[in-house]
Amino acid sequence: MQNEQAQHSADRQRHAVVLSNASVAFGQGQNRVQALQPTDLRIAEGEFLALVGPSGCGKSTILKLASGLLRPSSGDVIVGGREVAASALRIGMAFQNPTLLPWLTIEKNVMLPLKIVRPFRQDYAHKKKTEFRDRVHALLADVGLSKFAGHYPWQLSGGMLQRANLCRALIHDPSLLLLDEPFGALDQFTREELWGTMQALWMKRRPTVVLVTHDLKEAGFLGTRICVMSARPGRIIDDSSVDFPRPRTVEMTFQPEFVTLNQRLRERIIAARSASVEQVA
Amino acid sequence: MGYAFRRRVWAAALILGFFLLWEILCLALGVSDLILPRPSQIFATLFDRMDVLWPHILQTLWTTLLGFALGVVVGVVIGALIGTSRIAYDTAYPLLIGFSSIPKVAVVPVLVLWFGAGPVPAVLTALAMCFFPIVVNIATGLASTEPELEDVLKSLGASKFDLLWNVGLPRTMPFFFASLKIAATFAFVGTVLAETVASNKGIGNVMMSASSNFDVPLVFAGLFILAFLGVALYAIFSLIETRFVGWANRKTDLAST
Repeated sequence: MQNEQAQHSADRQRHAVVLSNASVAFGQGQNRVQALQPTDLRIAEGEFLALVGPSGCGKSTILKLASGLLRPSSGDVIVGGREVAASALRIGMAFQNPTLLPWLTIEKNVMLPLKIVRPFRQDYAHKKKTEFRDRVHALLADVGLSKFAGHYPWQLSGGMLQRANLCRALIHDPSLLLLDEPFGALDQFTREELWGTMQALWMKRRPTVVLVTHDLKEAGFLGTRICVMSARPGRIIDDSSVDFPRPRTVEMTFQPEFVTLNQRLRERIIAARSASVEQVA
Repeated sequence: MGYAFRRRVWAAALILGFFLLWEILCLALGVSDLILPRPSQIFATLFDRMDVLWPHILQTLWTTLLGFALGVVVGVVIGALIGTSRIAYDTAYPLLIGFSSIPKVAVVPVLVLWFGAGPVPAVLTALAMCFFPIVVNIATGLASTEPELEDVLKSLGASKFDLLWNVGLPRTMPFFFASLKIAATFAFVGTVLAETVASNKGIGNVMMSASSNFDVPLVFAGLFILAFLGVALYAIFSLIETRFVGWANRKTDLAST
């Protein structure tokens, strides 16, 4: 019993997010839709986990569970060693839609979390023009947006907006970064550029990252670990670590080991899909 | 610059042309000034009677502005309530629609019954006329916040107030100012309506008594005054709008320069 408890607390320390038998269902009675089958998932601190799978497989649901925005219908979700209701971790989020506020400059947009998150918000009034401003500018420099701090969102391209969006997700130094297809709407070249930016940001700060994507190449480029999910009902069907050395480059994605990994994951997804189609038929 | 200037010249020319055509047609067709006075007659009446009209203009103006100000307060509060809470929205909307579809002419006698003839019914009618567009616009603006952005901020521990203050209200401002321009003109309609039915002061009252005396040029002078006041209020709110929510129009500004 004691041993078990010791084991338990050790888990809590090492893991940023723990899903134990967590499931999510929406609706009631006949309209009930099982979004996520009971799932076990442990995300270690400092890990870059890529969740891959077809749309509707519950990737975003796992993300929402980790953010505390959604409670599991059954099972437990523990984030930063606590039940998610009052999350112990500082969380940053970014979605495919950058949702920057059109009436604020890029600098002000990126600074917004500091106005809201404790403990920054107490100091916001007197630090927004000194310390916080420098902080924002340093981060913008990291993603190559130094010159655009004073611009408004509509003056920036899609890729630049997404860079600013990443900055907004990172400005308060989150220990857990949740990304929901942040590069999904970008053209391929911009996307690959942003993978590099994202990797550099992660290597510098080492937050725990959960990246939801349907791009296997992206998952392989960025992830330290890839979980493949199947659709309807969503569950994890493959869990593998990715050991390519860092910093990874786009060229690496054409090398045999990378391609092999890609193909293996692809086959798993296709197999799971045809299985579920047979089930329906 | 060139385009903006040309636009202004043409707008002015259209107004001038409208009055000119009116004047010429009246003269050419020999229209009696008991039916339709010529613009020149109307302007002459305006200047001759300005000393008499002036107190009425002020009366109409302050009752309108007071009703409008109260309407803005009521509209913003109700709009913020139903815009931030789904339940409040679903609960209150049928009642609001019902209230707004009552013709306000029908309400004036009731108000007169309660408060007597005078400025109070005028202020309240102006309020009743103008608060609804504000409610709708504020509620729409608040409800149009992107769910993703809400998630981002909620995961940061943002309270409902944080969301309202940092995202909801600024996003609503363009809707709010658009509704203010409409509401301001509606408020005038409300005031004049109440004045024509039950008041001894105000432009609406002047027009009623002038029309019963067949002083048609004075009736039209009243109309001109109302049009002028309405345009002036509209212009003021347009100016404030560009000052405060220019961000909502930046793209078009850029395109036209």
